[in-house]
Amino acid sequence: CFPDTVLIYTLSTARALTPQTAETDAIRFLVGTQSLKYDNQIHIIDFDDENNIINKNVLLHQAGEIWHISASPADRGVLATCYNRTSDSKVLTCAAVWRMPKELESGSHESPDDSSSTAQTLELLCHLDNTAHSNMACVVWEPMGDGKKIISLADNHILLWDLQESSSQAVLASSASLGGKGQLKFTSGRWSPHHNCTQVATANDTTLRGWDTRSMSQIYCIENAHGQLVRDLDFNPNKQYYLASCGDDCKVKFWDTRNVTEPVKTLEEHSHWVWNVRYNHSHDQLVLTGSSDSRVILSNMVSISSEPFGHLVDDDDISDQEDHRSEEKSKEPLQDNVIATYEEHEDSVYAVDWSSADPWLFASLSYDGRLVINRVPRALKYHILL
Amino acid sequence: MAAAAAAGPSPGSRPGDSPEGPEGEAPERRRKAHGMLKLYYGLSEGEAAGRPAGPDPLDPTDLNGAHFDPEVYLDKLRRECPLAQLMDSETDMVRQIRALDSDMQTLVYENYNKFISATDTIRKMKNDFRKMEDEMDRLATNMAVITDFSARISATLQDRHERITKLAGVHALLRKLQFLFELPSRLTKCVELGAYGQAVRYQGRAQAVLQQYQHLPSFRAIQDDCQVITARLAQQLRQRFREGGSGAPEQAECVELLLALGEPAEELCEEFLAHARGRLEEELRSLEAELGPSPPAPDVLEFTDHGGSGFVGGLCQVAAAYQELFAAQGPAGAERLAAFARELGSRYFALVERRLAQEQGGGDNSLLVRALDRFHRRLRAPGALLAAAGLSEAATEIVERVARERLGHHLQGLRAAFLGCLTDVRQALAAPRVAGKEGPGLAELLANVASSILSHIKASLAAVHLFTAKEVSFSNKPYFRGEFCSQGVREGLIVGFIRSMCQTAQSFCDSPGEKGGATPPALLLLLSRLCLDYETATISYILTLTDEQFLVQDQFPVTPVSTLCAEARETARRLLTHYVKVQGLVISQMLRKSVETRDWLSTLEPRNVRAVMKRVVEDTTAIDVQVGLLYEEGVRKAQSSDSSKRTFSVYSSSRQQGRYAPSYTPSAPMDTNLLSNIQKLFSERIDVFSPVEFNKVSVLTGIIKISLKTLLECVRLRTFGRFGLQQVQVDCHFLQLYLWRFVADEELVHLLLDEVVASAALRCPDPVPMEPSVVEVICERG
Repeated sequence: CFPDTVLIYTLSTARALTPQTAETDAIRFLVGTQSLKYDNQIHIIDFDDENNIINKNVLLHQAGEIWHISASPADRGVLATCYNRTSDSKVLTCAAVWRMPKELESGSHESPDDSSSTAQTLELLCHLDNTAHSNMACVVWEPMGDGKKIISLADNHILLWDLQESSSQAVLASSASLGGKGQLKFTSGRWSPHHNCTQVATANDTTLRGWDTRSMSQIYCIENAHGQLVRDLDFNPNKQYYLASCGDDCKVKFWDTRNVTEPVKTLEEHSHWVWNVRYNHSHDQLVLTGSSDSRVILSNMVSISSEPFGHLVDDDDISDQEDHRSEEKSKEPLQDNVIATYEEHEDSVYAVDWSSADPWLFASLSYDGRLVINRVPRALKYHILL
Repeated sequence: MAAAAAAGPSPGSRPGDSPEGPEGEAPERRRKAHGMLKLYYGLSEGEAAGRPAGPDPLDPTDLNGAHFDPEVYLDKLRRECPLAQLMDSETDMVRQIRALDSDMQTLVYENYNKFISATDTIRKMKNDFRKMEDEMDRLATNMAVITDFSARISATLQDRHERITKLAGVHALLRKLQFLFELPSRLTKCVELGAYGQAVRYQGRAQAVLQQYQHLPSFRAIQDDCQVITARLAQQLRQRFREGGSGAPEQAECVELLLALGEPAEELCEEFLAHARGRLEEELRSLEAELGPSPPAPDVLEFTDHGGSGFVGGLCQVAAAYQELFAAQGPAGAERLAAFARELGSRYFALVERRLAQEQGGGDNSLLVRALDRFHRRLRAPGALLAAAGLSEAATEIVERVARERLGHHLQGLRAAFLGCLTDVRQALAAPRVAGKEGPGLAELLANVASSILSHIKASLAAVHLFTAKEVSFSNKPYFRGEFCSQGVREGLIVGFIRSMCQTAQSFCDSPGEKGGATPPALLLLLSRLCLDYETATISYILTLTDEQFLVQDQFPVTPVSTLCAEARETARRLLTHYVKVQGLVISQMLRKSVETRDWLSTLEPRNVRAVMKRVVEDTTAIDVQVGLLYEEGVRKAQSSDSSKRTFSVYSSSRQQGRYAPSYTPSAPMDTNLLSNIQKLFSERIDVFSPVEFNKVSVLTGIIKISLKTLLECVRLRTFGRFGLQQVQVDCHFLQLYLWRFVADEELVHLLLDEVVASAALRCPDPVPMEPSVVEVICERG
C-alpha cells in the first residue's frame, strides 16, 4: 500500500477538471486545457491505484479553450464543455456535448509515447447554445438521471435541455432568467441529488438561489451569501438541505436551505478567493476547497455532517440502549478541523474534485496546468471507517 | 422569726471578717517574696557556677583553684618553661607572697578592735535581760486574776440574756402577724392608689408564709382575700398592658409585675410580642407610606434614617426588654424572640430593598453608601442582641447585593460611555469636511476617545471606592475586603469593561454589512490603534490603579495583565486586518470593474494611463496619509537603486516564460516539472490576506497585495487583443511607478505586476508588447 501519495502531472494552462462521473471502477479524471495559441485538448488522466502511476490519453478539442467541463453521469463516453470561441474582436463562450472515441471510454493503456502521436478528436454530439443565449458559464448534468437532462447557465439565463436521439439533438425544455437591474450573470450552478433531482442551485454575484426544475421557479434565495462574489457551491450528498458555498471573501460557508438567514458554519482558512468547494460523495464530513492562494484544503466538518457522532455500528438494538449509546458517543465530541493543507501548487487552484470511483482520492488543478492527485490521510480514513 | 434571726447577725459579721483578710494573705505574700528571692539567688548562683567555664576548676595547676597541687604545678613549670620564665615566675611569686602577708596583717589589726567592742555589748545585754524577766512574771499573775473575775460575771448574766433574746423573737413574730392581717387592706389601698409595684412587693413577701400556714383558718381567710385582690391587681395590670399606649418601658414594667405575680410566662411572652408587633408594624407601615406609589419620597438617606430610628430602634427596645424579662424562659423563649425578629426583619428588609431598588438608576454613590452605612450600622445593635435572628447577616447580604448591582450599573455605564464615544467619532468622521479645514484629525479623535474613556473609568472607580472607605461600617466585612475588590471591581468592572470593549470593537469586524462597509474604515483604524494603546500602556495603568485603590488580595484568581493585553492586541490585530481587507476591497472593486467592463479585444492603441489606475494611486495615497496619522512608518526592505525606472516587457522575467510555455510534447511534462520545482526554490508564496503588523508599511502592503492579486485574477478571466495587452502594460507600469513607495518589499509589487502582465500576454492571441520606451513616455505624461 502506498502512502498518501502526491502525484503531480503537468500540462498546459488549464482550468477545467471533472471526474469521469459514470465510471465507478477506474479512477479517471478529465482535464480541459485553456490556450489561445495552440489547439486545446482534453486529457484523460487514468490513475493506476495499484502501481501508483498515471496514464494519460489526449483528445483534441479544436473548438476553443475550455472553461468548464462536466461528464455525463450515465454514459462514460459523453461529456459537455463550455469553451471560448474567439472570432476577430469577439469572444463567445459556447457549450457543447461531445462523445469521445469508444476505445478511450474505459481508458486505453497504451504507452504515452504512442498516444501523443495520434491525438484523436472528439465527436460533436450537439451544441447547447443558440443565437439567443451565449456566454455559457457552466453546464451541469442531472446527477442521478439517464444522462438526458442537462442545465446550462448563460448570462442571466438558466436553460434546461433535453438530449434526444442518443444525445445528438438538444431541445430546450424550459428556461428561466433572473430579473432585476444591472448585469446579472450566473457564475456557477449545481444540481441537487436530492428531491428526485428536481432542484438546482445557482450563484450569481453574492447571491445563492435555488430553483425547481419542474416549474423553473425560484425556491429559495440567499442574499449576500458571501461578502463578495460567490465562486462555487455544492450539495451535501447525504443531507438534503445542506449546501456549501465559497467565494471571493476567502470563506467557505455551509447553509441549511430551510433557514437561509445565517450560515450553519463558516470556514475561513484560505488567504485568497476560494474557487471550488466539493463534498466527498460518500463521507460528507470531508470537504475539499481550492483557492487562488495556491492551496488545497481538506476539512473535516463532522459536526454538520450526516454522521455527527461518527459511524454508528448498527441499528438492531432496542431504542433505549441506542439512546444510551448515542449519549456515550456524544461524550467524545468530534471537532471540526482542517485535516490537511496541500501546497503542491504554485499557481492559483481553479478546480478540485473527488474521484467518482475511489472516495478517498481527489485531484486538484492549478492554472499552470499542474494536476495533483492526493489521498485522504490513512489515519483519518480508518478513523472514519472503523 | 427565723428570717429575723438570719437577718440580724449577718450585717455584723462582715466587719469582723475583714481584718482577718490581710493577715491571712500576709504570710503567703511573704512566702512569695522569699520564693522570688530564692529564685533570684538561685539564678545568680547558677550563673556564678556557670561562669568559670573557661579555666577548669579541677585543674591542679590552677593557682587559685580548689584542687591546687603544688608538686604538680612546680613539675609543670619546670617542664614547660625556659629558665628566664622560671626566674620571672619566681620573682613574681615572691612578690605576691609578700603582698599577701602584708594584707593579712592589716586585716588582723582591723578585726581585733571590732572583737573588743562586741564583747562589751554582750555583757551589757546580759544585765538588761535579767530585769525584764521579773516584770514578765508579775504580768502573768495579774492576768490570771482578771480571767477569774470575768468568768464569774458572765455566769450571773447568762440567765437574763436568754430571756431578752426570746422576747425580741416574739416581738418580731407579732409584727409579722400584724403585717399579714393588714395585708388585704394594704393591698386594696395600693391598688386604689395605683402603686402596683408596692402591692406586688407585699404580695410577694406574704405569699410564702400564707402558703405554708394555709391549714389555719385565719390565715386561710387572709390568703383568700389576698388572692382576690391579687387577681384584681393582675387584671388591672393586664388592662394597662393591653392598652399599650404608654410605651415600651412602662409595658416592660407591667410585664415585670405580672411575672412577679406568677402569671404564666409563656402567655405573657406571646402577649408582649403581639404588642410589640403592633407597634413595629405601624413603623413599617409608615415606612411603606414613604415608599409610596408617588416618587417624591424622601431621599434614601432619610428613608434609612427613619427606618433605623423607628423600626430598628423599636426592635432593639423590644428585644432588650424581652430578654431582661423573660430570661428565665431559656432557649424556647429566645427562639420565639428570634423568630419574631426574623419575620419583622425580613419585612423591613423587603421595604429597604424596594427603596434601594429605586436608587439603582441614580448616579450618586455617596448618598447611597451613606444610607447603606446607616442601615448597616443601625442593625448592628439588634444583630448583637439577637444573633439567632441573623439580622446583621441579612443586612450585610443586602448591602452586598446592592454593591454588586452598583458594580453592574457602573459596568453598563462604562459600556454606554464607550458606545457614546464611538458614536461621536462616527459623527465626526461623517461630518462634511469644511473646505480648507480638515476638522478634527484622527489622532485628535483618538486622544479624545482615550481620555474620555479613562476619565469614565476613573470616575467609576472613585464611585465604587466609597464602598470600601474605612469609616463605612460594612467595609471590614470579608466580602468588601476580598471578593468585592478582586472579583467585583477588578474582574467584574475593569476587566469586564476592557473585555467588552474588545468585543465591541471586534464586532465591527464581523458586521454583516461586509460589502456595504457600514463601519467607516477610519473608525476601524482608530479602534485598532486604541486597542493597541491599551495593550502597550493603558491596561496595565488601569489595573495598577485599581490594585492600588482596592488592595486586591490574592485569594481569588484574577486575570493577569498579560492575558488582557494579549486580548487587546488580538483585537487590535483583527481590526487592522479587517481595515486592510475593507480598504483592499474598495480598491479591488475598482480594478475588477475596470477589467470586467472593458472590451479588451477591440480596444484602441493605448495613449494614456487609464483613469482608474490614477484613482487607485490617489486612493492608496489617501489611505497612506490616513494610516500615517495613527501608525508609525515601519520597516522597508532596502530599495534597489532605480526602482521606478523599471519597465515592463511582456516576457520580462524568464520565470514567466518557463512557467507558461506550452508543453504538449511528450517530454515536456518532465521539463516543466523540473522548471517549476526550480522556481519554487526562488519564489516565495505570497499570502494575500495575511495578518498585518502594526505599522503603516505593513498595512499598505496588505492593501496593495489584495488589490494587485485581484487585478491578476480578473485579467486571467479575460481575452485581450494586442492593444488590450499594451494597455495592461501601460497600466501596470504606471502602478509600478507609484505603488512601490508604499510597500515593505517592492519586489512584491514587481512580482505581482509581472504576473499580471504575463497573464495578460498569455490571454492574448496576438501578443505584441509595446516598446518599453513608449510605455515610459505614456506613463510620464500622466
